[in-house]
Amino acid sequence: MSGRHAGSSDDEKLWAELGLDVELHRRVVESISANYARQVESRPLRPAGMAYFDGVIHGAHGARAREIMARKAAGAKFVGTFCIYVPEEILLALDAAFLALCGGTAVTIPYAEKHFPRNLCPLVKSTLGLAYSNTCPYAPLEDLAVGETTCDAKKKTWDVLGKDGGFHVLEVPQKKSPAGRRLWLEEVRAFAAKIEELTGNTLEAGKLAAAIRLLNRKRRALARLHDLRKGSLPPISGTDALVVMQASLIDDPARFTEAVERLNAELEGRAAIGRSPFPPGAPRIMISGCPAVLGNWKVHHLIESAGAAIVVDETCTGTRYFTGEVAETGDGLDAQLEAIAERYLGVDCSCFTPNTERIENILRLAADYRAGGVVQYILHACHTYNVEAINVTAALKEAGLPSLKIETDYSEEDTGRLRIRLEAFLESLEFRNDG
Amino acid sequence: MTVEAGLGIGVDVGSRTTKIVVLRDGEIVQAHVFDTVPGHLPEIRRRLEPWADAPVVATGYGRRQLNGGIGASVVTEIKACALGAHRLDPACRLVIDIGGQDAKAIRVTPRGGFEDFELNDRCSAGTGRFLEVMARALGYDLDDFCREAMKADRAASVSSMCTVFAESEVVALVAQGEDRRRIALGLYQSIVDRVYPLITRLETDGGILFVGGVARSRCLASLLRKKLKRDITVPPNPQIVSALGAALVAQKIRGHIT
Repeated sequence: MSGRHAGSSDDEKLWAELGLDVELHRRVVESISANYARQVESRPLRPAGMAYFDGVIHGAHGARAREIMARKAAGAKFVGTFCIYVPEEILLALDAAFLALCGGTAVTIPYAEKHFPRNLCPLVKSTLGLAYSNTCPYAPLEDLAVGETTCDAKKKTWDVLGKDGGFHVLEVPQKKSPAGRRLWLEEVRAFAAKIEELTGNTLEAGKLAAAIRLLNRKRRALARLHDLRKGSLPPISGTDALVVMQASLIDDPARFTEAVERLNAELEGRAAIGRSPFPPGAPRIMISGCPAVLGNWKVHHLIESAGAAIVVDETCTGTRYFTGEVAETGDGLDAQLEAIAERYLGVDCSCFTPNTERIENILRLAADYRAGGVVQYILHACHTYNVEAINVTAALKEAGLPSLKIETDYSEEDTGRLRIRLEAFLESLEFRNDG
Repeated sequence: MTVEAGLGIGVDVGSRTTKIVVLRDGEIVQAHVFDTVPGHLPEIRRRLEPWADAPVVATGYGRRQLNGGIGASVVTEIKACALGAHRLDPACRLVIDIGGQDAKAIRVTPRGGFEDFELNDRCSAGTGRFLEVMARALGYDLDDFCREAMKADRAASVSSMCTVFAESEVVALVAQGEDRRRIALGLYQSIVDRVYPLITRLETDGGILFVGGVARSRCLASLLRKKLKRDITVPPNPQIVSALGAALVAQKIRGHIT
């Protein structure tokens, strides 16, 4: 990916061309880059293969947007998404360009608070802020935005943003009952019809099969990367693994998959000789709960700079994104769409009731990755993950796994207090190790 | 604690005061308490001079600064407080620590470790700083504030937890002619209400120790006893407990070296 240096004069020309607020946009990008330099790029013993993903992060407000413009110039439609519930196979098979538009920066939040209530989650506010402050290069390029019903804040946001059209909302059911499954399959079919109408292309079984294969390959590459973290000396930090996951939501799927496969080959070599960013015996931490999207490395940085190793994220920017493949046996469009619906309904988002499978998954992941403790990461005002944390905490306690719940946003003002809590939690793990 | 020989120094750099404890062979030989002021690092250095070779462990709000400044090892105040409390009372299973800017409750294990802890929110409501500002608003010094509150026949209701809003509320109550003692008692009561949920979330049997600068207030200790319906012990010098815990860790370091 070219254009590694964010905020270059090329980028500024692009922003001006797109009618964005160039001055403010420079501030947003500088803030993201400064955090990235401090919290990610300064970490020791990073794999060489991370250079590609650094490029994706730095190109998020420049190079990638130019790429989307080129696709559009060649006739493709561009679709913005906000959730891993959006069936990417359908977009890919219909030749739509797409990426996730979730905001991870604090800078744009005041622009959202001008119009929306303050007590919304920072992810929703940051995303809205990018749109309202005219600093999202993808907003002017969007032919369609795809919302979904995974939380109340988002659901009503689509009503506000989409009142003049341009939005398609996927109704994600609240229960995984037979009725819920039927509803979701209908929603997947309606989504396919909507994207056919948008692109003017017709869904073909052959192209859909190829899209399913490619995205399964992407999931397998990410799963392989995660398998390598299960060993006693993980060859990659949790912060770098998060960067890969963040890139997975915005990068070109085929190119991204190849980059992850190259990184995996390097990581296998590192694992074989025990090269790791962590000292032997570093406490192994699992993150569970809310996503940390591009721009947000705050808690990962706090945990790993305190000497712990994050070995897995049970989040939408972690296992939730790549767990479960779409069955490749589907014969014909109907069977393929059913396989797609089935795979996505396997996502254990906290919007479901009941959501016991998530708790089973957390316990299984903690065992697989040999986590010594779990940090439940809750974004302010994320009611579903926050309330679900009660059952998660109880299940972890019963399994004998120490856990710490933190509620935070994108601001830096609580980092002192968070650091004390996280460091004390890590110390308490030592006590347990002492017997 | 198996290793008790030699010297160990604990420094607890709190938001309002800095505490130093010097241990020799497990006994406290010196304890210092002084204000944390800008540029207080030279003052800490000066006080540590006579103990040049002793291992130092820093804790508290400013622990990292000391780590860079004098090369001290660092532990969190949670660990230090639990260890210090355990040393003072091995039967203690819960410590309530209210300092200048934070309030915490820690569940202590029978071996002096900790299992669980609760911290107050990010603001200074219900802490020493809150008391200082309220005492000033009522025209008391801190000792009088506590003494006068205990003489009140009943507590005035103070609804604001926020230091800034509570100060305005106090000024308004005084202007309305409310008895100052009742207001003082109401303010202490509001701290108890603030800290109570932290404590009950850790539900535990066994001894409770109340430490930190605010534990010097007899009024607050007695209100807490009433609210919890449990006996609460305040050690003779409640401010130095975390520094004591850090000193115990320091002694252990020396033990490992020799």
